[in-house]
Amino acid sequence: MSRILEVENLRVDIPLESGTLHAVRDISFHVDKGETLCIVGESGCGKSLTSLALMGLLPTKAIRTANRLTLGGRDLGTLNETQMADIRGSRMAMIFQEPMTSLNPAYTIGNQLAEAMLRHRKVNPNEARERAIYLLEKVGITAAASRLGQYPHQLSGGLRQRVMIAMALMCGPDLILADEPTTALDVTIQAQILHLLANLQKEFEMGLVLITHDLGIVARVAHRVAVMYAGQIVEEGTVEDIFRRPMHPYTQGLLRCIPIPGKTARGAHLGSIPGMVPSLIGDLKGCAFANRCPHAFSDCNTTDVALREASGGQRYRCLLSQEAAEQNAREAATA
Amino acid sequence: MLVYTGKRLVLALLVAFTISVLSFSLLFLAGDPAAAIAGETATDQEIERIRTMFGFDRPIWLQYLEWVGRAIQGDFGRSYYFGMPVTELILSRIPVTLTLAGSAMAFALILGIPMGVIAALYPNSIIDRVALTIAVCGQALPSFWFALMLIVLFGFMIPILPPSGSESWQHFIMPTVVLGYYATPSLMRLTRTGMLEVLSADYIRTARAKGLFPRTVLFKHALRNAVIPVVSVAAVEFGFMLGGSIVIETVFALHGTGYLAWESIRRADFPTVQALILVFSLFYVVLTFVSDLLNAWLDPRIRVA
Ligand SMILES: Nc1ncnc2c1ncn2[C@@H]1O[C@H](COP(=O)(O)OP(=O)(O)O)[C@@H](O)[C@H]1O
Ligand code: SF4
Ligand SMILES: [Mg+2]
Repeated sequence: MSRILEVENLRVDIPLESGTLHAVRDISFHVDKGETLCIVGESGCGKSLTSLALMGLLPTKAIRTANRLTLGGRDLGTLNETQMADIRGSRMAMIFQEPMTSLNPAYTIGNQLAEAMLRHRKVNPNEARERAIYLLEKVGITAAASRLGQYPHQLSGGLRQRVMIAMALMCGPDLILADEPTTALDVTIQAQILHLLANLQKEFEMGLVLITHDLGIVARVAHRVAVMYAGQIVEEGTVEDIFRRPMHPYTQGLLRCIPIPGKTARGAHLGSIPGMVPSLIGDLKGCAFANRCPHAFSDCNTTDVALREASGGQRYRCLLSQEAAEQNAREAATA
Repeated sequence: MLVYTGKRLVLALLVAFTISVLSFSLLFLAGDPAAAIAGETATDQEIERIRTMFGFDRPIWLQYLEWVGRAIQGDFGRSYYFGMPVTELILSRIPVTLTLAGSAMAFALILGIPMGVIAALYPNSIIDRVALTIAVCGQALPSFWFALMLIVLFGFMIPILPPSGSESWQHFIMPTVVLGYYATPSLMRLTRTGMLEVLSADYIRTARAKGLFPRTVLFKHALRNAVIPVVSVAAVEFGFMLGGSIVIETVFALHGTGYLAWESIRRADFPTVQALILVFSLFYVVLTFVSDLLNAWLDPRIRVA
């Protein structure tokens, strides 16, 4: 399998008056061709900033650093803004959380669809139009040709998100980043859109990074899962491992209500875990989850916790041994 | 779009009708027109003769209908002062005023929009501060004083521009600068606020996510949306310019409609004043209409309204 995205020690720091906010703290992951990586975690844990950092679309004051950041083997870390723009929308595309406001109200759907292709590929407007119609049909929009002349305000939220998906596919990218693409939509439409995305990902053999709250969908579409907490990846592994044998107490908390893939209710949300997320400003001492962890012991507050690898390749950021963690997982599953 | 245009057109016609009533009533609100025409030394008999001669003794509604009837055919009577048809008189002056207002508007837009864009791109930078200072000064300087300063400076001290008259394009430079300068600050600030708002919009992020060139993001996606409110204000400003041209044309002795209005009011030349009010008002009506259409063209969401 060829590796599309490789991220090593990605950091995003935002200097604020009260100190530096370390929004993303040394996270590492990778995505292979035809693979879906789901990133889950409570809101504010750095999921959006992670995706924006990959796209080079961070807020101007945010600082990105990484030991390694490659797309299809090409180092993104050294690219300037112009070179990055050549890649955005072409090799890598993004779908945002807010379909209602992500399209420009002043231009037709057709214009906004064609634009990315006209920018990156040597095509004439007619060819771009053909491709737009083809993709609108692909994303399940009827009467595609007549939609091209419509304006965003004439479409519902669900349709707009389908348009956004078609737009991301215009140049046939290797990687799609979808940041909670259905959170703003009606519950009945959410699953449709996510399945659509998963199917297109399969059909076009793209890499997909799907950020979502919907663990039911994660169970269905993910190949691998990364769980984020307070700017760190606290657990990462195949979807089977994560759901059958969550090693990290936080993941166990998230999955408490839905432990088995395939039997999860549609639209199920993250279980709520009592307690507060620590401040992301300044350095953390010990385990970030210590103040909420049911298994915390004295070392957790003082020892910095590294990711450790369990047998089978699953990684988790906890001081507990594999045996102790597995024991907790079994107890959590039966609780 | 057709329905929208139709609605706007009906509205414009209603406004035009109201204005015609008002401008006609002016004749009677200003006092006895017969006495005014006859002059201060006239006897009662002479005044009566003038009253019947001009038909001021007949019912007012009938006079109004006659006036409207003639006005629609472009006949506003004869100027009491010049003796020539008012229509001919005004038509000969309109090009000067339109040239002045048009070039002043162009001046304001060419200065205001780019300054607003730059100020928005670099908020709180030196460029932004300078632009803001110019804007504040613009609102504080009285226009006639600014005009006189320019005349003194470029008309006499460094005599590179003609200080008065309307014979050549050089005559229009100073009036254009003075008149346009006053519209610049509001257009600039509106562009700045509009751009700042639009630049943080989600669809700008989408445009960047598509890898579009910065100039495409800026001009196609941001500016187009940011200038929507600017268009409405520019239309209103254009109306103000036509009004403001009364002062400016007088100061620079430009023979346009503003100067004519000023002269005619002083001379109690009612037919001319009446017609000018109607013409000025129709300008506003047409401007509003055009700006509505422009807005609908710029902002597709309006078109369904
Ligand atoms: N522009 C910004 N300025 C300051 N802080 C920000 C900004 N954007 C995000 N943050 C902070 O960074 C953290 C991570 O944000 P985000 O990536 O949006 O979280 P998520 O997408 O997981 O909900 C949050 O604590 C948020 O408050
Ligand atoms: S390191 Fe300690 S506090 Fe952190 S998750 Fe593991 S047991 Fe809980
Ligand atoms: Mg987010």
